[in-house]
Amino acid sequence: MAELTMIQAITEAMKTELKNDEDVLVFGEDVGVNGGVFLATQGLQKEFGVDRVFDTPLAESAIASLGLGLTLEGYRPVIEIQFFGFLFEAMDGIAGQIARHRYRSGASKSTPIVVRAPFGGGVNTPELHADSLEGLMAQTPGLRVVIPSTPTDAKGLLISAIRSNDPVIFLEHMKLYRSFREEVPEEDYEVEIGKASVKREGTDVTLISYGAMVHEAIAAAEALEKEDISAEVIDLRTVSPVDYDTLVTSVEKTNRAVVIQEAQHQAGVGGQVTAELQERAILSLEAPIMRVSAPDTVYPFTAAEKVWLPNKDDIIEKVKDVINF
Amino acid sequence: MAPKKKGFDPVAQLNDIEESFELFQILDEEGKIINKNEMPDLSDDDLVEIMTRMVWTRVLDERSTSLNRQGRLGFYAPTAGQEASQIASHYAIEKGDYVLPGYRDVPQLIWHGLPLYKAFLFSRGHFEGNKFPEGVNALSPQIIIGAQFVQTAGVALGLKKREKENVAITYTGDGGTSQGDFYEGINFAGAFKAPAIFVVQNNQYAISTPRSLQTKAKTLAQKGVAAGIPSVQVDGMDALAVYKVTKDARERAIKGEGPTLIETVCYRFGAHTLSGDDPTRYREESEDDEWAKKDPVVRFRKFLESKDLWNEEKEKEVMERAREEVKKAIKEADKATPQSITGLIDLMYDENPSNIKEQYEYYKGKES
Repeated sequence: MAELTMIQAITEAMKTELKNDEDVLVFGEDVGVNGGVFLATQGLQKEFGVDRVFDTPLAESAIASLGLGLTLEGYRPVIEIQFFGFLFEAMDGIAGQIARHRYRSGASKSTPIVVRAPFGGGVNTPELHADSLEGLMAQTPGLRVVIPSTPTDAKGLLISAIRSNDPVIFLEHMKLYRSFREEVPEEDYEVEIGKASVKREGTDVTLISYGAMVHEAIAAAEALEKEDISAEVIDLRTVSPVDYDTLVTSVEKTNRAVVIQEAQHQAGVGGQVTAELQERAILSLEAPIMRVSAPDTVYPFTAAEKVWLPNKDDIIEKVKDVINF
Repeated sequence: MAPKKKGFDPVAQLNDIEESFELFQILDEEGKIINKNEMPDLSDDDLVEIMTRMVWTRVLDERSTSLNRQGRLGFYAPTAGQEASQIASHYAIEKGDYVLPGYRDVPQLIWHGLPLYKAFLFSRGHFEGNKFPEGVNALSPQIIIGAQFVQTAGVALGLKKREKENVAITYTGDGGTSQGDFYEGINFAGAFKAPAIFVVQNNQYAISTPRSLQTKAKTLAQKGVAAGIPSVQVDGMDALAVYKVTKDARERAIKGEGPTLIETVCYRFGAHTLSGDDPTRYREESEDDEWAKKDPVVRFRKFLESKDLWNEEKEKEVMERAREEVKKAIKEADKATPQSITGLIDLMYDENPSNIKEQYEYYKGKES
């Protein structure tokens, strides 16, 4: 097994599927010779040729819809949107077209498309590069929304996404691209989409999160342990659909939960998870489920990122509120 | 463009470009050939078939309007006045080609193989209407103006990659050319040299907004110049001219020369849709009268009659047949199974995710 960063694992996944299935195509802005602005597609054009890994003109709406058009001839596009903040440009292509294609055709057509995009804060990007827009996607019927937090999950989930006959939005937190390495199996393997992962077991409270916040939650759990609070940490890995079975099992044991998201507070994944848990596990709860999130402002100017983004301390504070309720 | 004597003049350059776009015609309003050299290679049978399809489509339009008023059809966008643009352009493509229509382009879908009862089911909002038989290479009518243009770039690129001798043809209206997706679509197809044909049916109004308010450009065809693709403005009520430019576009596309933009200048005789639009609020009667003189069906009839290929009897026969087929198709559409929530849930995914599975069970309980 090789020690890989998350971005290397993502490249591996694409390479694996480009090899396995000649209908897989990889395209987007600067993904060819340049290998992508984060080098996610580095070397792929050289290995698989310009017919299968190619640059497009610069227009996100057209990039998404090019993908939809290519499925009619049986291709399986893996599309890179250079930064997920550019989703707004591609919103009709993704939410208005790709997500509805199967339904609209009376199930006579499928939509095997993966839209990959970097997102997430803490890396000093200009405006509209770091926004957490997964909530918009999670509210769009027809899609699955996947957000890995480790290299191993990233590879397995992306392979599953490319093999899926339904469209998958695959969001890659920029802060995690090169923040750590881990041993990643060299063979091809799938990680099931729609299954959460228990990252750390505990008995007093369940911390539910995804993306970069998983690592803040783990850090918080480690700190809380020193204060004799045992926190279980769950990585959702897929935010649409959410794996409620794993969450309910955990909450039935811990009786308390805090849901953590990097996105703003209103109407997102955290709100959805909280609402479902009270419907499914109210009698197990000894305190309200509380949320840690960013405030409902526009994603901040970069010099304010550190104070704006939720962190370990915010989580610890909220856990104490829940424990002492 | 060569610079003028007094140095470079961008205004003169623009004028030159705009003036170079001439309306391409073959038949005049009296059905006489005015451009003999451009006559397309069509047999007498072809000519009769184009006329038959146009008459059939005119009847479909009349019957659809009346069925809508009786509450027996749903959403409907009238097509009268646009038969030459729709039917003659479609006649220039082949069975294996893809059609990506806008919502007014149901006739092309029908002539591409969509059973009429399915077109009626689309109008009524039943998913069976969009479930096309195997071999009908098309998407259902696009509702978002211009979205089909970017998708067409993708379909055409797919055809090119598969090395097929086929094209993708798509349709929008004059309003559609103001959308970003319009520019993105023609530009992508151009950049990839993809075998696409982009048809703009300039029927003069986007609902109520006149063509003059959409753009400062003198023609819509000239927008193709910016994408570096051949572009033509054609008399959209002249079936021969529309057929000819589309056929040429298809040949270039098959040869690997990339896409073409075609602006068909035409007029919608009826309302935008039958959902409450009243054209008398934004069009003068005198304008309607002027365009009525160019009626594509009348003009083509005159042409065929002069060649002794058409007469009143033939026309009546086609009209009768069309009415019968509409009657039958409506009966067939009435047989469609009512839609259920579980049936609709089933359309969402190839493999149902957990939330959908749960909801399926819930609604199954309610429906049983």
